[in-house]
Amino acid sequence: MSARNRELANLIVVCTLTGLGFASVYIARQEVVSTASLSYAAFFFALYLAAHLVARLTVPYADPYLLPMAGLLTGIGLTEIYRLNPSDAFRQGLWIVVALFAFAATLFLFQHDYRRLESYKYLFGLSAIGLLALPALPVLGTSVNGARLWVHVGSLQFQPGELAKVFLIVFLAGYLREKREVLGQGRLKDFGPLLLIWGGAMLVLVETNDLGSALLYFGIFLGMLYVATGRALYVGLGATLFLAGAFGVYHFVAHVRDRVTIWLHPWTDHPVHCAINGKLLPRQDCASYQLVKSLYSVAHGNWFGTGLGKGTFRTTGGGDLIPYLNTDFIYSALAQELGLVGVSALLLVYMLFVARGFKIAMLADDGFSKLLAVGLTFAFALQTFIIVGGILRLIPLTGITLPFVSYGGSSVVANFVLLAGVLLVSNRANAERA
Amino acid sequence: MNKQIARLALVGVALLAALIVATTYWQTWATAGLADRQDNEIQRVAEFSIKRGLIRAADGTILAANRIRKVGGQKLYFRRYPQGGLFSHVVGYSTQSRSRSGLEASENDYLTGTNANLDTVLKTTLDRIRGATIKGNDLWLTIKPGAQRVAMQQLAGKCGSVVVIDPRTGKVLVMASRPTFDPNLVERNFARINNIRASCRPAAPLINRATAGLFVPGSTFKVVTSAAALDSGRYTIDSRFVDRGYCIEYGKQVKNFGDMSGPEVFGPVNFLQALEHSINAVFCEIGKTIGAGRILGTSKQFGFYEDPPLETPGNERSPSGLYDHGRLLYPSNPATQVDPGRLAFGQERMLTTPLQMAMVAAAVGNHGVIMEPHIVDRVTAPGGGIVKRVHPSKYKRAMRTSTAADLTRMMEAVVTGGTGTAAQIPGFRVAGKTGTAETGGAGTLNTTWFIAFAPAGAPRVAIAVVLQDQTGSGGTTAAPIARAVMQAILAGGSNP
Repeated sequence: MSARNRELANLIVVCTLTGLGFASVYIARQEVVSTASLSYAAFFFALYLAAHLVARLTVPYADPYLLPMAGLLTGIGLTEIYRLNPSDAFRQGLWIVVALFAFAATLFLFQHDYRRLESYKYLFGLSAIGLLALPALPVLGTSVNGARLWVHVGSLQFQPGELAKVFLIVFLAGYLREKREVLGQGRLKDFGPLLLIWGGAMLVLVETNDLGSALLYFGIFLGMLYVATGRALYVGLGATLFLAGAFGVYHFVAHVRDRVTIWLHPWTDHPVHCAINGKLLPRQDCASYQLVKSLYSVAHGNWFGTGLGKGTFRTTGGGDLIPYLNTDFIYSALAQELGLVGVSALLLVYMLFVARGFKIAMLADDGFSKLLAVGLTFAFALQTFIIVGGILRLIPLTGITLPFVSYGGSSVVANFVLLAGVLLVSNRANAERA
Repeated sequence: MNKQIARLALVGVALLAALIVATTYWQTWATAGLADRQDNEIQRVAEFSIKRGLIRAADGTILAANRIRKVGGQKLYFRRYPQGGLFSHVVGYSTQSRSRSGLEASENDYLTGTNANLDTVLKTTLDRIRGATIKGNDLWLTIKPGAQRVAMQQLAGKCGSVVVIDPRTGKVLVMASRPTFDPNLVERNFARINNIRASCRPAAPLINRATAGLFVPGSTFKVVTSAAALDSGRYTIDSRFVDRGYCIEYGKQVKNFGDMSGPEVFGPVNFLQALEHSINAVFCEIGKTIGAGRILGTSKQFGFYEDPPLETPGNERSPSGLYDHGRLLYPSNPATQVDPGRLAFGQERMLTTPLQMAMVAAAVGNHGVIMEPHIVDRVTAPGGGIVKRVHPSKYKRAMRTSTAADLTRMMEAVVTGGTGTAAQIPGFRVAGKTGTAETGGAGTLNTTWFIAFAPAGAPRVAIAVVLQDQTGSGGTTAAPIARAVMQAILAGGSNP
């Protein structure tokens, strides 16, 4: 079977699963949702069929598992978003359409040779900073939950940081490919542009309080630097610098200090000062409210979960138990409804996606392709780790999206562009072998 | 570069593997601990998504039902108590704001289907996998609603309690306590529950006086003393005494109480007459002779100094015994620490629950053997079928069979010609004992008692009635209530 036929077969399986997911939500919540839920599944299948046809035309030799896995993840995400709030699912569906257009556009644009991107690396680097800085502009930007990450154009909301991530990876791949030998020898002046652009990005992130993305960018930078130069010393040095920086930030930025305190001591037996309303409350009722409620949700799922549509996310009065459930905390909603068995399977899909991505990087022939695939894949893995690890109290919680699953247009679009990039690298590597 | 890529891939996969490990921790090891946390609202809401089992009286009357409310497409089951305050102390309540009490608390596992019986586990697991609503098991109580209603009517406007046990099986047929509360008010109008007018202070309507109320037993305790005296072998039913109207203890006179049906001074009497007329001076002499240690020992055979066995929560049951400053007193040397004369007629620092005194009456009626009291008759699965059935079992032997026979004769005399004539029921032999306990100095109000069983010889009911803050005696206030309640049950036939 050719690669694309395998992809089609996989997609059919994925769409059947998604259809079943919607059907079970429909059965569990008949009073709330309508038969329209099943048309979601049909719509979903049509979308991915189109994406598959584009892939058939543009990247015939690319890895056949990545698109179905992305489809499965968006399918699970869409089902859960639909279960939590049907009108959000409609918007998310529209965003998936937009994302698949971006996916198709990326593939068509670069199907012959994406490597010419390398010549525009500085443009990408600077645009990344520009995109990141966009929300800080007074007219366009809005602040959500203490971080200025959003751009408003009319009724349209966009989080440009998500796309900036992909741009920055293109820049890093281009720059590191060119300078990897000299960087490996430790010539300081070659670090200049690298540190300038990357430092600029970090500065903007710290300025806008987007700690999750800052951590993500730092990780991507270190990972790609290591792959390019092969010097573990750089990683050690970078990590040391990061810890020193983090220590400094911890002492000077209250916002960061709060996050760490919440992470280390989410529960208190005695009331502590609550910054939100100035009262004395146990921390679980104030600062760590989200984290704690989300952990209760995860724990309530137990081995097999409550089943799709059967979870408890509302108080007996009808209020929300966990804020930001379908964006930052979608993992805790899934953990409750699918249980350990279900979310472990979900994490295994992520793992498989990451493993395939790295395999593609190893198969690629040129340095730019390798670095691009590594950067995109590692970014994907790290982003998953930062949000889910935050929810599970492995690291301090920072609000970023779970790739492909969370509600949020910019994230879906950016991740499909990321997927297109990996497929392009894969297609090129396999085509040369074929 | 491939070596580095492979290493970085390992890091990436390891990070995701760490997520699986962490998820496993939270979803398995940590679950129980988190479920118990006070602020775990998910757990609380989830408990209300279980279709809680019904609680029914012996004849099927529904005492606790469900009120379904839909919240965000999810069906939630809240409690409704169709009988209002009639059964509230036994049934208790299950709410969000004030948790649970009564059988709703202690039998929560059965009511929510989380009990460990194999078929319940199978059924709820299946429901969980199918995504169906989990249904709890139903409780069928031993309470007879007709008699319960009579008891609550009789107690209306008073503070007190009535407990009826079937002495043959230990089934609790009536458990009434006044003042009462409407369990439907607990969730939203809790303030209204305590805001009531009552004839006693504190009114404490939430307290189940039947099992947690501690009262001075007064002369009803003479039944225990008599059992101790007869069991000791030093006395028989015909033992002779001379009543001078008082008894000398520690150089002071302990006078007879003025509530007796006969004269203040009886002169020569036998043991039977001493109980019939509740002569304190005679019991005081008996107490001095056999000693406080023996009386306390016998009381323990009746179940004193232990939480009375019942399915209600442990914190809603109190042991009977000597109390000192609100705590159970265990005298290391009763001969010097306890006044035997006053203990013999139920004063000293003796405090008892109505349930314990009903067990005393039941012990005499059932030939000296106390059957373990129980209030849950059976637990049934939602689709029918018995999950658990409570079989009668022996709790304690309180006295010798012959002693029980003698005491039956003595207690019958109380009703036929002594202090308890108000408890006579035409067509039935009733055996009983009155009690009128001074709770303070002279001129203060009394705690009045009547304990009884009927029909004497082959009893089907054993009863204890207690009333707080009465001006009359046990024979005039409590005995008529006991008669009304016993009549309601005896008239209903002999079904056990």
